[in-house]
Amino acid sequence: MKTPHKKKLKAPLTVEQKINRRSFISFSAFAVLSGGAFAGWKWLLNAPEETAGITAGTRAPLRRALNKTELFFRNFFSNKHLVKTYPVEQAAKNPRVNSLIGIEDDEDFDITRWKLQVKLNNQKTRHITIEEIKALPKTEIVYDFKCVEGWDEIQHWAGVKLSDFLIHFQLENEAEKQYMGLETPNGAYYVGLERESILHPQTLLAYEMNGKTISTEHGAPLRLIVPVKYGIKNLKRIGKMSFSNNRPRDYWAEQGYDYYSGL
Amino acid sequence: MKVIKEKHSLLMRWTHWVNFPVLAIMIWSGLFIYWANDAYGISIFNVTLIKFFPEWFYNYFHIPQRLAEGMAFHFLFMWFFFINGLLYISYTLFSGAWRELLPNKNSFKEAWLVLLHDLHIRKTIPPQKKYNAAQRIAYTAIILMGMGSVITGLAIYKPVQFYWICWLCGGYHFARILHFALTIGYVFFFLIHIVQVALAGWNNFRAVVAGFEVVEESQHLPEQVTIQKTEENNENTAQKEA
Repeated sequence: MKTPHKKKLKAPLTVEQKINRRSFISFSAFAVLSGGAFAGWKWLLNAPEETAGITAGTRAPLRRALNKTELFFRNFFSNKHLVKTYPVEQAAKNPRVNSLIGIEDDEDFDITRWKLQVKLNNQKTRHITIEEIKALPKTEIVYDFKCVEGWDEIQHWAGVKLSDFLIHFQLENEAEKQYMGLETPNGAYYVGLERESILHPQTLLAYEMNGKTISTEHGAPLRLIVPVKYGIKNLKRIGKMSFSNNRPRDYWAEQGYDYYSGL
Repeated sequence: MKVIKEKHSLLMRWTHWVNFPVLAIMIWSGLFIYWANDAYGISIFNVTLIKFFPEWFYNYFHIPQRLAEGMAFHFLFMWFFFINGLLYISYTLFSGAWRELLPNKNSFKEAWLVLLHDLHIRKTIPPQKKYNAAQRIAYTAIILMGMGSVITGLAIYKPVQFYWICWLCGGYHFARILHFALTIGYVFFFLIHIVQVALAGWNNFRAVVAGFEVVEESQHLPEQVTIQKTEENNENTAQKEA
């Protein structure tokens, strides 16, 4: 009851007082919020690196954000969304070689003795020769290969559709699992891929480039071509294939890159 | 007599000041990404005039070898950039504030007069409301540019899932060029904006923090009613408007 009384007794503020009062309140709030924002930024900048595991090398909060963002954008993924293809004449004659991890560091590799090792659900390993793979229907693709660095190149690849391969070798049960892991024979380079990308109709186990057998530096005898991913996931010289419901280890995800890296 | 005149809404001020650091972080992290394939430059007759960016620039800002870090920052702060922009645009649409922002049919003519005035070539300036003609064009353009950055960003971020956005942006290459060019545009906007704000003075700057500006007015002008926010005066306004 008393308060309204008191107010009436107060002289109304002059315009000058109002200006000062409002300015003071606004600029104080502005300063406090700016300080808060700056503190938040410092916190993020100095945030500890994530605990090294399947992913590593980036600040823990940023990794959480990458994983959440992946979940959001995976809602838009569809196997009906096909990568744009080009006439074969547009394909690069000498496709770019960007990295040789798992190839240049493996002097013991003997291509004549190569067999794809597939880890089965029953813990046994199945060995598949390149002849068996080449006997399957061949699929060609000429598409724009995209590197995480930002460059891209139209390239011409041929091989067996990964989904055809899984059916032919009765690996459907294995492929029920959420992830596939691929490694070079020496285990120096390795990637993990979600089931949906594996089953994408343009995902190939490739053994030809520009109509010829793949060269060593492009991943002979068999490499992955997964057009719905950046180049870092397109493992060359596949040695081992495995399946799991957890993310398999992934070379670049351990270096601070997004695990998903989908396009 | 000095009079308090409301100028910028709280939401406009909030989104303006949130956008400033967020956009700065987007440009900074974007440089980390661009560095990994720094293909752009301006050349005439095979002579390179500008290379984006020279070595000293990268080194000065510690850009090299930070692609993964840049992507991680970029793909977090893109959310803040988008949400903040969406907030401003929705507010501007629904509040009717767009009427003071969008250029009208005279704006393009008048903007020249504003420019001549700012360059001290012309003494008078066309009568203006909250924003003058040049501001209407510039501030509408910057909003469109922001939308452009989101759209071209999506085009190069998910060119397969959002293939139609990529197509709309003229393909993967052109979308990346646009995304880059828009960023350069922000830097130019920023430089001119800072100079203009400095020249416009304290009253103008205060309005973007505190929301009001102080104007000299004679007492019988209708704007005066907005000073004293008592109920009586509100009634007066209502009557006058009626």
